[in-house]
Amino acid sequence: MKRYIIELVQGGASLLAGLGVTLRALVAQPVTVPYPRKKLPMQPGFRGHPMLVRNPATGAFTCIACGTCMQRCPSRCIDITAARTESGTKYPARFQLDFTRCSLCGICVEVCPVSGLAFSRSFAMPHRTREACKYDLVTRGEEGT
Amino acid sequence: MGVAVRSTKTESGPIHYRYFMNVGPQHPSTHGVLRLIIGLYGEYVLSIEPVIGYGHRMHEKMAQSRPWQAFLPNTARMDYACCLPHQHCYLSLIEQHTGIKVPPRAEYIRVIAVELNRIASHLLWLGAFLLDLGAFTPILYCFDDREEVLDILENLTGARITHCFFRIGGVLADIDDHSANRIREFMRRMRGRFSVYHKLVTENIIFIKRTRDIGIITPDMARRYGATGPVLRGSGIAYDVRKQQPYSAYRDFSFDVPTGSRGDCYDRYLVRVEEMQQSLCIIEQALERMPAGEIRAPVPRTIRLPAGQRSFSVEGARGEVTYYLVADGTDTPYRLKVRSPCYANLNLIQELGQGMLFADMIATLGSLDLVIPEIDR
Repeated sequence: MKRYIIELVQGGASLLAGLGVTLRALVAQPVTVPYPRKKLPMQPGFRGHPMLVRNPATGAFTCIACGTCMQRCPSRCIDITAARTESGTKYPARFQLDFTRCSLCGICVEVCPVSGLAFSRSFAMPHRTREACKYDLVTRGEEGT
Repeated sequence: MGVAVRSTKTESGPIHYRYFMNVGPQHPSTHGVLRLIIGLYGEYVLSIEPVIGYGHRMHEKMAQSRPWQAFLPNTARMDYACCLPHQHCYLSLIEQHTGIKVPPRAEYIRVIAVELNRIASHLLWLGAFLLDLGAFTPILYCFDDREEVLDILENLTGARITHCFFRIGGVLADIDDHSANRIREFMRRMRGRFSVYHKLVTENIIFIKRTRDIGIITPDMARRYGATGPVLRGSGIAYDVRKQQPYSAYRDFSFDVPTGSRGDCYDRYLVRVEEMQQSLCIIEQALERMPAGEIRAPVPRTIRLPAGQRSFSVEGARGEVTYYLVADGTDTPYRLKVRSPCYANLNLIQELGQGMLFADMIATLGSLDLVIPEIDR
């Protein structure tokens, strides 16, 4: 009986201590934000899907359509159609990224010999169809997204 | 949940009605697609039969059918809650097999990233475990803290979960002063939070009543089933791969291996909370003594795996993770076997759960910290 009463008192005290924690949180600043209206700053190191980089001087893509990223991609989600300019340099006429298969490992960006790929900052990319998840990075880059 | 009734006649005569109930594959307390076929007598559990394989994605087969570099993202997709130890294990195995030396600074960065991942994983477990027991509040505090870890990891690795951060011969990014200060700030915050968890959980009478002397795993039983990680240490066996076979830079740090005394759910909880503190300790030492230098060793463009076999073990958040490689001289592994700690830990529940009350069985299952995709692979 004595043990029961001690346990009752101690147990009650432990519950009150827990409630104290909750009460303090009740009057503290909220840690969440109402998402669509307010957004948290993104981490500088965030890695979105790969995108083509432009040469700041000429405005053209630095990609030389060598196909290294296409070969090294673990998910085989990159498909490049190369073309040649009149002067004979290769450039990507089409650079398709199948985002349904991309695992964002970053190997393509890493292996590019001319640093022609970078990570985008876009993270919310809902699509209505599966086909819409296949991005052509050449036209997507031109859209500025 | 489907219910079927069967009657069995016992020796003493009366007919006992035995219910068979499916828990899962989509049940909140199974944390993934685990199905348990439970034989019940009223509220008492007579038998448990786990059914696994719903999340099978052929990871080992994938490893055997493509160059070894292409398996790197796969390592992050088995144990989604604590994936960096898997990646650490896989790359250490390849590095050891091909004789590539990793710069000391890279090893330190790997240790810091892995320990941060371990804290995130234990916080996730803590919240989910208490949710299983019916306490809703703690998961909000846990996720608040976990968010801080995930922000640091996101800045470092580029992703919040399923990180692909380690590379052969080093890591992808360096920890600069800004990141180091953020980690230190998080450590200060986290150390202050343990008192909150103790008030909210450790000393809570309801929590103690639900977990003390529930699901006792004896050291003998833990050994028989090959349990590792906090499940084994909760039973009083101080086995930690980081101590027993120090790999990477773990030899340089001093830390304790917490153990329990009774082997019940409460001990496993205490072990994990203490492990978070020890992880903070390791991170602090690593940040202080971080050597200068390269973060990635120069490696040849194509690396073939010399013929032979090799295994490598690391301590994951749930126990010992082992990768076993059989190579035949090409760049594609002949065989890659992954030893996941959860598979051994899950097997315990069959013997452990017999004769328990149903609610206690759920508490015990939660205390094993199972990640089902790691079992199914």
